[in-house]
Order: sequence, then structure tokens, then C-alpha cells
Amino acid sequence: MNVIFDIAVIGGGNMGCGAAIRLAEGGMRTIILEQGDIGQGASGVNAGTLSLQIKRVKLMPYAIKGHEEWQNMGAEVGFHKTGGYTLAFNDREAELLYERMTLKKEAGANISFVSDKELIEKEPALARKVVAASYCGDDGYANSLLSGQYYRKKIKQSGISFLEKFKVIQIRENSDGFEISSGGQTVVAKRLLLACGGWMKDIAAMIGADLPINARINTVSVTERAPRLLNSIIGHATGLLTMKQKENGTVLIGGGWQGKGTPEQGRGNVSLETLIPNLQLAKFALPKLSKIRIVRSWTGFEANVPDFYPLAGRLANKENVFVLGCVRGGYTIGPYISKLMGDYILGRQPEMPLFDPSRDFK
Amino acid sequence: MYDVIVLGAGPAGANAALEAADNGLKTLLLDEQKVAGGQVWRAKSKSILKAPSTEASEKGDELRTKINQSAIEVKFNSRVWHIEKQDDDTWLMASDAEQLTAKALIIATGSQERIIPTQGWTLPGVIGLGGATVLFKEHMMVPGRRTVVAGNGPLVFLVASEIIRLKGTVAAVVSLNNRIDWLKALPSMLSNPSLAWQGFKWIFKLYKMRVPVFWQHGINKIEGKEKVEGVTVIKVDHNWHKSDQAEQYIPAESVCYGHGLMPAIEATRLAGADHHYDELLGGWVPTIDKYGRTSVSNLYACGDNAGILGVSVAPMRGRMAALAVLEDLTGKKHNKKDLKIFDKAKKIGLAATALSIPRSGLQSFITKDTEVCRCECISRREIEHEIKTGALSPNAVKSGTRCGMGPCGGRYCSESLALITQHISKKTRSEIGLSTARSPLRPVALDDISNEIDYDKLPIPGVSPL
Repeated sequence: MNVIFDIAVIGGGNMGCGAAIRLAEGGMRTIILEQGDIGQGASGVNAGTLSLQIKRVKLMPYAIKGHEEWQNMGAEVGFHKTGGYTLAFNDREAELLYERMTLKKEAGANISFVSDKELIEKEPALARKVVAASYCGDDGYANSLLSGQYYRKKIKQSGISFLEKFKVIQIRENSDGFEISSGGQTVVAKRLLLACGGWMKDIAAMIGADLPINARINTVSVTERAPRLLNSIIGHATGLLTMKQKENGTVLIGGGWQGKGTPEQGRGNVSLETLIPNLQLAKFALPKLSKIRIVRSWTGFEANVPDFYPLAGRLANKENVFVLGCVRGGYTIGPYISKLMGDYILGRQPEMPLFDPSRDFK
Repeated sequence: MYDVIVLGAGPAGANAALEAADNGLKTLLLDEQKVAGGQVWRAKSKSILKAPSTEASEKGDELRTKINQSAIEVKFNSRVWHIEKQDDDTWLMASDAEQLTAKALIIATGSQERIIPTQGWTLPGVIGLGGATVLFKEHMMVPGRRTVVAGNGPLVFLVASEIIRLKGTVAAVVSLNNRIDWLKALPSMLSNPSLAWQGFKWIFKLYKMRVPVFWQHGINKIEGKEKVEGVTVIKVDHNWHKSDQAEQYIPAESVCYGHGLMPAIEATRLAGADHHYDELLGGWVPTIDKYGRTSVSNLYACGDNAGILGVSVAPMRGRMAALAVLEDLTGKKHNKKDLKIFDKAKKIGLAATALSIPRSGLQSFITKDTEVCRCECISRREIEHEIKTGALSPNAVKSGTRCGMGPCGGRYCSESLALITQHISKKTRSEIGLSTARSPLRPVALDDISNEIDYDKLPIPGVSPL
């Protein structure tokens, strides 16, 4: 292949695909290189929660825009705006909830505190042990399983080239730009956008960049189809429980409990030590879950840097290398921040500021 | 902490446990059934205890007596749903709410049925060939008054002859294999004359009873409104693709139907072992050495889940895996002469499996409207659409369509999905691969796996950054 792409996007998840679509619209000849299948990494295995109540205060404007993006993608990504409750089961959690939600409200999220009576009326199946609860009418979820199907279609429509099962093992810089090799195949591109989530650190190291990235390994479980138990998405004051019942009746249980494994080792695995308390907490909040069967539990990697803010910008001393990832709440914010990233690479002024990957993380 | 846990108490697993315990290893044997014996040496249920014993029930009784007299600890009715390698290289498993640990783990989960759908296969009155053998062995029941037995491999003839033994009526036998397939299997089978004889005895019995045998035919459609009323059969080509010859209708009340056995590999996959595709061994198998060592340390596989070789070699495979564990844990060397006997016995197993290897044309029986994934009601049409729009791996198709996401975890449809993908993409089975293995191995209710909690004692880590 003698084609020289304007940009190669490494990572075919929501971030990479979102940015690629923007770049292609801006006239760049774009290729996406994905080690697995499009949209099947963290984008395809996370719990799909779209909640402003669990977003960081400083990222709230991005999350609000992210919600708009998801709403526009609509049914094709299984978007549902259900509203969401965050629960506190003791005084300590109630205090935490009040303090945090007040700040998030000030940052622009449409959050209110609700009475016991309202909660019971709206979610009668929840345990009557809730001490305090907050509500956000903008919250909801999307079906992460559909990420691959959705983005595969969109990138094809945008005329973007993509290679799946392309695991980058080497990147060489030359006069044309970058030669990216999977061992079997080589792709040449003038610019690089690294959008490979948990695998970012290793890929960045291939071009001599040391990014302080850690990978969390979040656990998610799903039940068999159950009678209607929940109408809204449910969160927990500590952030350690998310629950939603999808249209087909299955209940998704998440909350960021840590499984085992590293991105280098592959997909990672659930760990009994954290899976059991995760499920116990779910059962505590929603007692009717106790007779329902768990059908599958799995893990997905969430990359982060020490200050838990995104990496979104140009690498220091690397004119043509950009990174996008480590976004806390990345599923929600991804479709928006990837557009900003695309604009930045195209030389346009992004609508909101990006996050310099070469900043001091302390 | 056990020295070794054996998962599965069929001929391979039970013998692995016996060998391990006889050599002084602290051994735990687990099975989801009530007693040892597996599918093949299944015990008779209480209601038929007085019925005449069969070779299988006698062998099973003998095995069960040996286990009782050994130092093996047993747990039956056990539902292992999670397997996890711990940081110190030992194994952690969850069986309902109980957690078990061991230095070594032998997986002997046996085989599972392969059933490739045809029109009407979800009607009441249709059961798998393997499911039929459970009815015979445990309850001495036949599936219905007039039964059509169909599919490929030796099981078709075993099931038909058992129905006759139990005074049922076989309306017809419909075999995808032709007579030449059977003759080809003969030379290897003859190295164990009693087994070969048994296979041919089944066939003779059917001819004697004047049961129509349709060689090189498949069931095109199972007919009926609310239950099975009959089947139409159709000739197939050498790849088992449906021919355009005229169909024949056979009235029937039940259908026993299947396409051979596949290794049950969920447990070895969940434990992280490397697997590869080997059609001679029945499909995807864990990659093992001659003794059953997998690619993961302290993980072993024996019996049909490590490649379908049948019951004649299963006990030996079990014992060899146990000896490997003994060597790896204690450094005790063992006698290698077992290997020669094993190699000879392996040939017979391979010959029987050869009759069971599904051929690519089988996919032609899955019409566009045929439901492939029963749990989620996904038809071939939906799967094809997903593949044709670029979902080329089982994970991708699963995500887009929900095929294989129901309670059975894709156990029944993954094979059909692979056949359809292969037909469209022309990729090999190895290239297509498998979807990711995940816990639980079987669906488990939250109450069965987690006790009530004291909320304030939940190990809640620090809260997320504000």
C-alpha cells in the first residue's frame, strides 16, 4: 500500500471513531486501526450509564454536551432518558450526597433532592432504607453493546478506512510521518491520534512518550430478563453502585468494583472478592433482585491519569501526535470531546478548552 | 486448601480423582449431578432401580463404589460458577455461596451436544440425542410413541437402538453419514472389536426391525402446529448441503436430533487456557500436552472436554492428568508406559468422532427464518445482516444482535453462528474464533451466591474524585 493517510487513529472505540468522523468531515484522509473489533473495548462493555450525577464538577459542561450528543444518536445506540436517582443509605452518605450534588448543581446539572415519598412513588421496588436521594431528569443510559454496530456504520458512511484485528506492535517515525506496523501490515500516516484507552500508555511508549496512565478494571454484571423493577437509573452516593433495567427486562449492575488483570494481559477478569460485595450492594438496594439470576459478569478497562482529568491535546515535542483518552465519565463525554479533538487537529478553535497531555499531573 | 480439585465426576474426572487420592493428594471431586458417573455411566433414578442393569450402569456402580472406598472428598449437586487464578498461583472457585481453593485444578467437564437448527427445531417433542440418552439411562423412558432419530455420528444409531430396546417405535433413522463413512471408520474401530461390533450391532438391529434408514439424508423441516406431527427428509450432498431432490414426509410424534458431541470448554476457557480448533477432536479444545497440562500453570484437562475420544480412553486420560498433577506438585515421576496404551486407544475414539464432524453444508438447513439463538429469539436473517455489515467476530455479532446473550450463554448457538459466519466470510473456524469467556459458568441467583450483608461492613473503597 502506497497510500499515505493524513491521520491514523489508533483505537476504534467511541473516542477514536468520534474523532475520526470529525476529521474526515474536515477533509482529512483518515484510517482507524483497532486491535479487536470496532467498539468492542471499553466502549462496548461498559454499563452505559449516562448520569450527570456521577460526573466531575469541572467536567460538567462537557458532560451536558455529551448528553446532547447521545440524545441525537438516539435509538441507534439504545439511548433512553429515564431520569436517575442517587441513593444514600446512612448519614455519612447523605452528607456526602448533599455536599457533592450541591456543587454539581452549581456546575449546571439539573439535580434536585427528593423526598422519601417521591422516591417510593417512582421506584417502589427500592429498599425502604434510603436516608437521602437526589434526582436528575437528564440522566439515562445507552446500550454500549450497540457501539460497534453504530460506529462501524458511521465510519463507513464517512468514507473512513479501518482495519480491525490490527494490533500495533511498532511505530516508526520517518520523513512521511509515521509507519505503524502490526507485524503483518504497515500503515503510513502523517499524523497520529492515540485514542486507545487502557492501551494508551504502551502505544505512547512506542513513540518515546511516557504518559502517567493507570488502568482501572471495572466490573459489570447483567441479570436474566426480570419483571419491571426499575424505571430510572440508580446510583449510589459513593459512586459504587449503578443499576438500570433495560427495555428487555435485564438489569445491569455496575459501580466500578475492581476486577483483575491489565490491558497488556488482555480482557481482564472479574474477581470474587469484589464481585460479591458489588452484587450484595445491588441486592441491598433492590431486594427483589435476590431471586433473579446473574447471567454474565465481565470487566472493562478505564484509563486515568493521577489528576483524573482527560488527556486531550497535542503531545509535547511531537508536532503531529495527539492523544485523547483518560476521560473520567468517558462514555458520556466521549461523543462530544472527540469532536473537540477533531476540531483541534483540523486547526480550528474547539468550542471548549481541551486538556494538555503534557501538563503537570501533581 | 486442597491439593487438587477435579471438576466433573464422569469416567475421566472420577478416575483422575481416584489416582490423585491413591497417591496421597488431598482431593476434592465436584459434579453438578447427584452422583458420579457423568453422562455415559449415569446412575438409574430411584424409580427404576429394580430394572435390569446395563453395561453403563454396572460400570458406573463399580466407579461409585471405588469412590466411596477412597479418600476422595466429594461434593455433588455442586454448581461451580466461577474459576479464578489467585496471585499465589493457586485456584479459587465458587460453588454457589461456597468458596473453594486448590493448588491444582483438573477440568473434566466432558462433552456437550451440537445441534444445528433446521425449520421447526424448537417445537415441543424435539430433543437432542444426548438428552435422549439421559432419558434412557436415568428413567428408562422413550421420548414419544413414534420417533424419528436424525443427525450424524454413532449416537444416532445408539439412540435408535435404545428406543427399540425400551419398546418404543422408531419411525425412521435419518443419517447424514452414508454407509461409506461408516465403512471408512471400520479399520480404526476394529482395533477395538467389541466397540466396532457394538456400532454395527445397532445398525443390524434396526434393519432386523425393518426400521427405514435414510442414509445421507437430513431433516429439512420438523412439521407440526403445537407439537411435532412429522418430518420431511431430504437427500444431502457429500458436504451435507441440502439437495434439490424431492422431500419425503414421515409422520412422527417426537424427534431425537443432533450433530455429534463437542468438548465442553467453558471451564478451561474461563480459567484462561489457550484453545485451538481441531475438527478431528470435535471442535475447539484446550491446547494440552499428552498428560493434559494446559497452557496455564496448575491447570489440567482430561476426558472429552479435552477432545472427544469417548469413554474407552476417558479413565486413562483422567489417571494421566492426575499423575501430571502429582509430578508437578511433588516432583514424583511416574511410569510413562501409559502413553503407548493411550495412543492406541485414541485411534478408536478418533474414528467415532470422524463420523460426528459436522460438514459445512449443514448450514443450508438453517433457513433465513430459522431461530438460531433460542434464548433471545434471533433468526439467521438477523445474524446474516450483522455479518454482512461488517461484524466478523462472534463478539461483534453477539453485541449487535444479542445472539448468545441469554441464559444459555451461547452454549447452543455459538456453533451455528460460526457455521453461518464461515459460510459468508469464507474464513476458517480458527480465524473466526470464539466469543470471550465470562463468569458465571451457569446462571446463578443472587441469593444463591451471596449471603445477606451487614451494610456497614461492606468493603467500600474510597469515594470517586469529585
